Amino acid sequence: MEKKSIMKKITGSREALLLVVLILLCAAVSLRSPSFLSVQSIMEMLKNNAVTMIMSLGMLCVMLVGGIDISIMSTLAFAGMSVGMLLKYGHVSSTLLCFLIAMGIGIICGFLVGLVISRAAVPPIIATMGFMYIYRALAYLVGNSEWAGADALGSFKDFALGSILGLNNVIWVTIICYVIFFFFMKWTRTGRKIYAVGSNPSAAEVSGINVKNIKLLVYSIMGFLGGLGGALAVSIYASAQPNMQYGKEMDVIAACVIGGVSMSGGRGTVIGALLGSLILSVIAKALPIIGFESIYQNTIKGVIILVVVVVNVVMQRASDKNNLKGREM
Amino acid sequence: MSEYILELKGITKIFPGVKALNNVQFQLKPGEVHALMGENGAGKSTFIKVITGVHKAEEGEMFLNGQKVDFKGPRDAQAAGIAAVYQHPTSYPHLTVAENIFMGHEIIKNHMIQWKAMNTEANKLLKELNADFDATAEMGALSVAQQQMVEIAKALSTNAKIIILDEPTAALTKSESEELYRIVDKLKAEGVSIIFISHRFEDMYRLASRITVFRDSQYIGTYDVDGITNADLIKAMVGREISDLFPKPEVKLGKEMLRVEGLSRTGYFKDVSFSVRAGEIVGLTGLVGAGRTEVVESICGITTPDSGKVYLEGQEMHIKQPSEAMEKGIILLPEDRQKEGLIMSWGLGRNVTLPTISKYAKNGFNDEKTERELSKNLLEEVDTKAVDIFQPASSLSGGNQQKVVVAKALSQEMKVVIMDEPTKGVDVGAKAEIYAIMGDLAQKGYAIILISSEMPEILGMSDRIIVMCNGRKTGELSREEATQEKILELAMEKGQSGKGAK
Repeated sequence: MEKKSIMKKITGSREALLLVVLILLCAAVSLRSPSFLSVQSIMEMLKNNAVTMIMSLGMLCVMLVGGIDISIMSTLAFAGMSVGMLLKYGHVSSTLLCFLIAMGIGIICGFLVGLVISRAAVPPIIATMGFMYIYRALAYLVGNSEWAGADALGSFKDFALGSILGLNNVIWVTIICYVIFFFFMKWTRTGRKIYAVGSNPSAAEVSGINVKNIKLLVYSIMGFLGGLGGALAVSIYASAQPNMQYGKEMDVIAACVIGGVSMSGGRGTVIGALLGSLILSVIAKALPIIGFESIYQNTIKGVIILVVVVVNVVMQRASDKNNLKGREM
Repeated sequence: MSEYILELKGITKIFPGVKALNNVQFQLKPGEVHALMGENGAGKSTFIKVITGVHKAEEGEMFLNGQKVDFKGPRDAQAAGIAAVYQHPTSYPHLTVAENIFMGHEIIKNHMIQWKAMNTEANKLLKELNADFDATAEMGALSVAQQQMVEIAKALSTNAKIIILDEPTAALTKSESEELYRIVDKLKAEGVSIIFISHRFEDMYRLASRITVFRDSQYIGTYDVDGITNADLIKAMVGREISDLFPKPEVKLGKEMLRVEGLSRTGYFKDVSFSVRAGEIVGLTGLVGAGRTEVVESICGITTPDSGKVYLEGQEMHIKQPSEAMEKGIILLPEDRQKEGLIMSWGLGRNVTLPTISKYAKNGFNDEKTERELSKNLLEEVDTKAVDIFQPASSLSGGNQQKVVVAKALSQEMKVVIMDEPTKGVDVGAKAEIYAIMGDLAQKGYAIILISSEMPEILGMSDRIIVMCNGRKTGELSREEATQEKILELAMEKGQSGKGAK
């Protein structure tokens, strides 16, 4: 009995399955190119994908309540451009202050998105589409047809070059975010409320959870991480441009979907989001190594997402049917 | 101190357009099991939600231990020691059992959820209930009966003084119900007061000491279980006068059109057989959740039955999709007109000709003119009070919308028309018109299946009445022998698992 349940836990857990996929993927790639698994190459990969990885945490929260947010990269650009311009014209020079400003802008952006979705009951895809255009336009307005290059950014760009205990600062930020969210989602009441709202909104209402405020919260979290991502992206790429990370919001959503986060809410974990974004990162890095041209990369990404989703649906249907058998009449 | 632990007086709850509760009252004595009974739509569930603070009553007062209380939300009721186990488990399918039990009152230390303590505590509660699953199981993977047990554990975990059970045995088997009785007895011995909603007489006799009956949103009476007979109780539940006039024409029945044999679908209905003849209206009734809609959905190919046969005019059919059913001449007019019956933003004309659009197309293009004439004729036939075929369907009243749905059915060569709750949410005048159309259709030789929860409608319109209970057909009554009491008796569960039709 005990043994069976442990076996079941391993085979039944999507995270374990994803981990196997990730390991197989890495193994296959390193057969072709041994340098792929070197420490330096892995660090490089993590640093370059840090923004996507951090933002998948916010998307996890949003998708857990059954929502979606496609405005995030516009928020990122708006926050990033603001910081870039402030640095360029010497209004601020402190790196810490820059991060705080970017995160503050992000929170406000996310809060507005959350207000429209939770209070005006606008479908998330429509609301965030609107904000996607607005915030992107704001990024251009802030720039006033200028952009901030490496020279203008001064010491801010050093943040992404520095390291503590041999680990790049950006990777540290990513790790800290994941640790915080891992605890937040599993061990706090608010974290569990997010799950509850996504799993069954009407039951959540009956048990006294303020569904609207939870929705407001998740979009604010998403905005906050968007702002953080903006500051990070400016530092990593040593430039602030209004079109930064354009179209990358789909990568964040894809990472969550691959990681087993359900589009209809209630299902998904921090570990899943991590594995999903890692798998996506490995694919993006591996395909050129193996010799696929960049045009094929997106095709393969698409195929993987579809396979994951279809397998998901089939498995869910089988288990639903199984549950019904228990009903007697 | 008051004699009652809970007392409600003059409660009225109004939903847009309906009075769900009309000046009802209720008293609960400490430590008693009090059954609340009534037909579908009598207002029981709404009443429960008023007690638990989910709904706010427009009028009326509520007293807890003699003190007047005013719950702002479910949280207040919880804090006051009232817990409810709802009819449809209000659970979180993606979360674990322990979490479902402790949602809203998690065990917290230093702002951190104590998973271990919660699992242990939950397992203790589950053990008390003799549950055969672990607190770490995922809720969605449990059977309905097991989920019900979790709901009860949830109520217990709040140390509630008043526990409300809304049809707790509906999804349970005999032995599982026995288990529930044991739990309820135990709670009662511990001094918990229990309000119990059920359609099973056995539940009531076994557990309750008093019964309150609601009918048509009104309070009918409170009785001692020992002081009332089964027959009197049924009369209290359905005792309305049938005054409405039903224009059911006498139709000479033709040959058998549709025959269903041993139709089953796992988890929804089992071994259902019946037949309909041309010109006949067969009423299909039962309490909500008896599986009526599910049966006709399987006949029309919306879902696939696991076993059983469907014959149309003696020919066995294998319908996989609704469009096939329509081609063969079976149409289902769904219960939810807004969602499944009409395209609200379209004009009436287009709605009517939608199923036949390809028939009138010329070289792949729609023939607008023929379409328009046809839809006009059809709409006139059902006497819709709309002058304009371009008027959007959303602008019509519920009754008129229903008539458009019927016109849509008429646009095709139909043999069997299945109507699912055709008069739901429709005013009295429009109801009469829909009945008239129904009679008209029968006269034209259509075989009609009428699904309805409304007794007068079923009794007034049907030639034959089939009653279902919990996924099984429990009886078939002819127009002459059918009475409200007989139908309700068949629709309510007996102690033994269904008598089954011969």
